[in-house]
Amino acid sequence: MAATTIAGRCLAPAEGRTPKRAGAQRESLDMSEVMIEALDLSKRYDDSLALDKVSMEVRRGEVLGFLGPNGAGKSTTMKILTCFTAPTEGTAKVNGCDIFDDSLGVRKSIGYLPESTALYHDMLVLEYLQFVAEMRGLNGAEQRKQVKKVVEETGLEGVFAKGIQTLSKGYKQRVGLAQALLHEPPILILDEPMSGLDPNQAVEIRDLIKEIGRERTVILSTHNLAEVQVACDRVLIISKGRIVADDTPAGLSERAGKRRYLVTVQKSNGLSETSGCAALEKISGVQRVRSLAAEAEDELSFELLPTTDEDLRAPVFKAAVDNGYTLLDLHREGQNLEQVFRDLTTTESPDPEAHDAAAE
Amino acid sequence: MDRTLTIAKREFRGYFNSPAAYIVVCLFLLLLGFFFWSPFFLANRASVRGMFDLMSVLLLPTAPAMTMGLLSEEKRTGTIEVLLTMPVRDSEVILGKFLGALSLLSVLLLLTVAYPLSVSTLGTIDWGPILTGYLALLLQGSAMLAIGVLASSWTDNQLIAFFVAGMMCFALWIVSRFLPFIPQQAAGIIEWISFDYHFRNLVRGVIDTRNVFYFLSVIGLALAMAFRSLESRRWS
Repeated sequence: MAATTIAGRCLAPAEGRTPKRAGAQRESLDMSEVMIEALDLSKRYDDSLALDKVSMEVRRGEVLGFLGPNGAGKSTTMKILTCFTAPTEGTAKVNGCDIFDDSLGVRKSIGYLPESTALYHDMLVLEYLQFVAEMRGLNGAEQRKQVKKVVEETGLEGVFAKGIQTLSKGYKQRVGLAQALLHEPPILILDEPMSGLDPNQAVEIRDLIKEIGRERTVILSTHNLAEVQVACDRVLIISKGRIVADDTPAGLSERAGKRRYLVTVQKSNGLSETSGCAALEKISGVQRVRSLAAEAEDELSFELLPTTDEDLRAPVFKAAVDNGYTLLDLHREGQNLEQVFRDLTTTESPDPEAHDAAAE
Repeated sequence: MDRTLTIAKREFRGYFNSPAAYIVVCLFLLLLGFFFWSPFFLANRASVRGMFDLMSVLLLPTAPAMTMGLLSEEKRTGTIEVLLTMPVRDSEVILGKFLGALSLLSVLLLLTVAYPLSVSTLGTIDWGPILTGYLALLLQGSAMLAIGVLASSWTDNQLIAFFVAGMMCFALWIVSRFLPFIPQQAAGIIEWISFDYHFRNLVRGVIDTRNVFYFLSVIGLALAMAFRSLESRRWS
């Protein structure tokens, strides 16, 4: 006993030191270094709240996908992180620089592709890249080297002597990306980099982003779920200015992979929504039951979420018979990503559980 | 400062990437040539005095035409987002745009030197007032360009920027002609804020620091306001 107490005493100060040590480790192990740290970002436009206390951390080597419906606040967040606009409340640090105190420092360490892929249409691709390089402080041999490199990376060899206004949407997107990559920024912020591209181009750009994301931090926004699954290490789902989910694509799929059972029974005496819910909840393996809007007046519908992958159809049938319910319909369905996305983004509340409770 | 010049260079080259600059410059020179030479031989005097007054009028539509797209076009197309997320200060952007327009104005003024040169072959002319005349044009033109940059920072519509800048410049230019209708006490101030009053002094061949200072103040004030207007996007 005495030995354990001593051990316990010895451990205590050591434990106290652990966070510091972890911090020191983080510096040497740069893959876990926090590159972007946002704290309670809020943005108010006139009377509408575009962002509501958004906080997040993004580490080096992470490809983070921003997912959300239009107007959810994805672009606003990106504009704040790139110092184009300032938050009404809250602040953020990008690569250790504060967006208010050292906006130039922030902007030096980011490459940004805005939503509209806006380019100077009166310039040649090469001229444009040279201009951006000059603005980024790249001159002479270094400029030539970097321009050549990004032209190769983004596959612009065939068009670099052409006028930007003659390019197709896909090529314009690539020029925008090339522009963002020129100074080899540790952080890339891409607002809908794959929108408007044909599937082949989208795959190319996506692979390029993945490649870039190995050593650098990438934030990209999209409303395409499939893209997020392939390209991102982590997904933030934003809805109405709030983060409603922060998960890996695998985690989201898991959520999506969950089966649910839909049960419809005939309304009868002694069977109400609440008693039905209670009866169905007793079945072992059922995590949660909620009643759904029934299709007909003399019917009651319930949704059952299981705790395990076990098939619950037989127990549900048995429970219905035992309680004397007339079972009209029973089927099992998988929840897909679209459904998860819809669930998360059509609710007022950031917590999906709370939403379910409210729906009851 | 490097970035200011990079922006100025891009703007200057941009002018010649589209026909707009050629049209503006050619129109200016054509109108100047027509209105300067047609009464020239009637007067039968080797003088270019009238040319400067003429140019100061012609600048009224020309300067706003040069500046109308500088910021408004960037806002409309969204390129301003790329520009302002590069490591460049808002003040450098404003100054770069202004210098880009100023270099086009300088080219335009340089082209008009052909007129005094041709007049000098017809008789002896006094080069002193011509030099101060060009200084006056450069200063007044710069003030107009600065006002143009300001108007361009207010809107994302080139045409609106053109008319707003044109009206502001016109107001500052014409206000001295209304002096007889203005009460005595205010007349001094009104005269002092008009372009024309300071312009005339310089064209006469007198370099008075007060006149130079006036134009520099207008430039400074307009550019500072444009800077604030550009900066205000962050807080809106």
